[in-house]
Amino acid sequence: MTEQLTGAQALIRALELENVDTIFGLPGGCILPAYDPLLDSSIRHILVRHEQGAGHMAEGFAHVTGRPGVVLVTSGPAATNMVTPLCDAFMDSIPMICITGQVPTSAIGTDAFQECDTVGITRSVTKHNELIMSADDIPLVVRQAFHIATTGRPGPVLIDIPKDVLQNKMTWHWPTDEEVLASLPGYKPTTKGHPRMIKEAARLILDAKQPVLYVGGGILKARAAEVLMELAELIGTPVVTTLMARGAFPDNHPLCLGMPGMHGNATAITAMQKSDLLINLGARFDDRITGKVSTFAPDAKIIHVDIDPAEQGKVRRPDVPIVGDCRLVIEELVKTIREMLASGDTQADISDWKSRVSGWQEQFPLYYPPNEPGEALKPQFCLEKLRDLAPAGTILCSGVGQHQMWSSQYWHFNEPYTWVNSGGLGTMGFSIPAAIGAKVGCPDRTVWAVDGDGCFQMTAQELVTASVERIPIKVAVLNNSYLGMVRQWQEMFYEERYSEVYLSPELPDFVKWAEAMGCVGIRVESPEEVEPAIALANSINDRSVVIEFRVDAGEKVFPMVPAGYGNDDVLLHPNQNERREFLR
Amino acid sequence: MSNTSTHSNYQPSHHILSVLVQNRAGVLARVSGLFARRGYNIFSLAVAPTEDPALSRITIVVDVDSAPLEQIVKQLFKLIDVVKISELDPRRAVERELMMATIRVAADDRGQVVELTNIFEGKILAVGVEAITVSLEGSPDKLDDFEELLRGYGIVELQRTGRVALPKLDKEARVRTHKNGKAS
Repeated sequence: MTEQLTGAQALIRALELENVDTIFGLPGGCILPAYDPLLDSSIRHILVRHEQGAGHMAEGFAHVTGRPGVVLVTSGPAATNMVTPLCDAFMDSIPMICITGQVPTSAIGTDAFQECDTVGITRSVTKHNELIMSADDIPLVVRQAFHIATTGRPGPVLIDIPKDVLQNKMTWHWPTDEEVLASLPGYKPTTKGHPRMIKEAARLILDAKQPVLYVGGGILKARAAEVLMELAELIGTPVVTTLMARGAFPDNHPLCLGMPGMHGNATAITAMQKSDLLINLGARFDDRITGKVSTFAPDAKIIHVDIDPAEQGKVRRPDVPIVGDCRLVIEELVKTIREMLASGDTQADISDWKSRVSGWQEQFPLYYPPNEPGEALKPQFCLEKLRDLAPAGTILCSGVGQHQMWSSQYWHFNEPYTWVNSGGLGTMGFSIPAAIGAKVGCPDRTVWAVDGDGCFQMTAQELVTASVERIPIKVAVLNNSYLGMVRQWQEMFYEERYSEVYLSPELPDFVKWAEAMGCVGIRVESPEEVEPAIALANSINDRSVVIEFRVDAGEKVFPMVPAGYGNDDVLLHPNQNERREFLR
Repeated sequence: MSNTSTHSNYQPSHHILSVLVQNRAGVLARVSGLFARRGYNIFSLAVAPTEDPALSRITIVVDVDSAPLEQIVKQLFKLIDVVKISELDPRRAVERELMMATIRVAADDRGQVVELTNIFEGKILAVGVEAITVSLEGSPDKLDDFEELLRGYGIVELQRTGRVALPKLDKEARVRTHKNGKAS
């Protein structure tokens, strides 16, 4: 078969063969050739207002569908605008394919118009990247990119294609699986855990008296939520879900302790601190979880299951390291534990431990002061109402800051893939484009974006994309007129010296701005307006809705483990401080 | 010349990684970029194609005080173009390096430099009116000693290649090889 195609035609066909149905992008000079065959393709292209938006949309799409999000943009500034979402996806292990145009091969290195060293710039924020120098290489490089992005520890892969390579003729050939694998001799991720290690882990689990399942985003990447439930119920062990794993284990399950870490709840934090065995499934001992590493969970043995061997021992040396896919490893672990129990082994009694844990839960629920008449709204109250009125299956996206932490704390995540946020990189402005991408991936679900007034002003223009492309999302802006989390740090650690954190109480006018972008805009200032506004937003499904909640700027996120502190020194809400001794 | 491998209790602060990579554009930048980003120090680095033109070998001497060797190896392995990594313990490897040096020396004293070069079994590459260029191939320690002695004469230019290494062929030779199934 010697079918002749242009490089651009080959690219679009290759994407179709990889089952891509949606591309987020924005055309420009060097990528122009690729946009022509797109007109004849079945692929839906969503035209964004800024390339960063396309990147976060692709992430939101990948978060909720498990399929790689695909971005198509041009060279130079478009490529540099993609650096933030690529880095975000890299930190949070999100599969993404980014295709950038490049100046023609003859112009590379001449500082041509809109030229930049895209592969050089993005090398440290991608799992892999590639500059294609011949049109004949396009199908293989596309196949490699999807394989690399979606296997092992997922991540973003960038393909840079010069304009002439897109225009040149090539002989079409679609590589087989064998050809793809043979072309990547150094890439063979381990998915099956080592049987001896799994046996050792099972032994530790049965002997532990104060075990905790420490569950990270790897569970979601491995589609392992069901088998995690089986393991947790088999061994009756409390579960903490990290920021990246919210929903991987249902919050309404009696074994679920919720989120640990810097703004985790006191029970989740303390259970990890006091445990004698941490069963880390797909988490990475992030500094936001461990606090001061030298005082983190000092008496705990560690089982660490991770598909990335470099995570083993990076922060905390495991007693039992298991490199492998979380789902496959947990399946084997469950099988091994069942066999050991069947052959007469018994599990240590952990009932004392569990009653200690539930004691903490009773003593230290999340707390915020009630709304006072005539005073500003409490942001936590708004989130509770959003949660209680949310239709079943609602997906929640958030930006970065106080509203993100309150979202994670106050929402009840009872199914996986209903929480989309920027955990590792902490990218302000993530929520609106990510929510649009999530809605494209799951059009039948309600998608709420919770945003701060600071975040909203970074990427709000993508609501125009949402309106034009008819992707109705709902946005709750918790407007406290401040960069709230920074304000909180300045209040607590910089003697209330507020430096450059005050935005403006009246500007922008969020309602007018929302309306100007084709959305319904609603302003809420008092507690009794909250429910009707949310109910109205939930009833509108033909347009996006923005509710601006004017909230109390003085509200802080508690509990808090300040940077550099150990988890034992968690700051509780001042109202709970007198009960501190119960945490011992 | 001194050979550190004879001292059994010697703890080297460097380690040699022999990294087999796909011979493709940008692969050296990937490797060096990784070291820079993760804060690992490189003592020296040598790159050349292997007997298979599709593959290159990068010999990196790493400072194991800057990061645990295990982390360095695992992070390197995450690079898609890295095919195989062998850790060579300097106590169990043969190491070689090449040095070239131009020495400023008047005709009267030239004989001393020539004699020194002959003692070290080096080569005279070029002789000028007031300078001489010599080369020496050998173990890095031998090169260190030679360099030190030349310093007294006035080095105009000196270039070392960085070391290359292969495992020793004695009974104790033990190469830890990481290949396949370890990347992520």
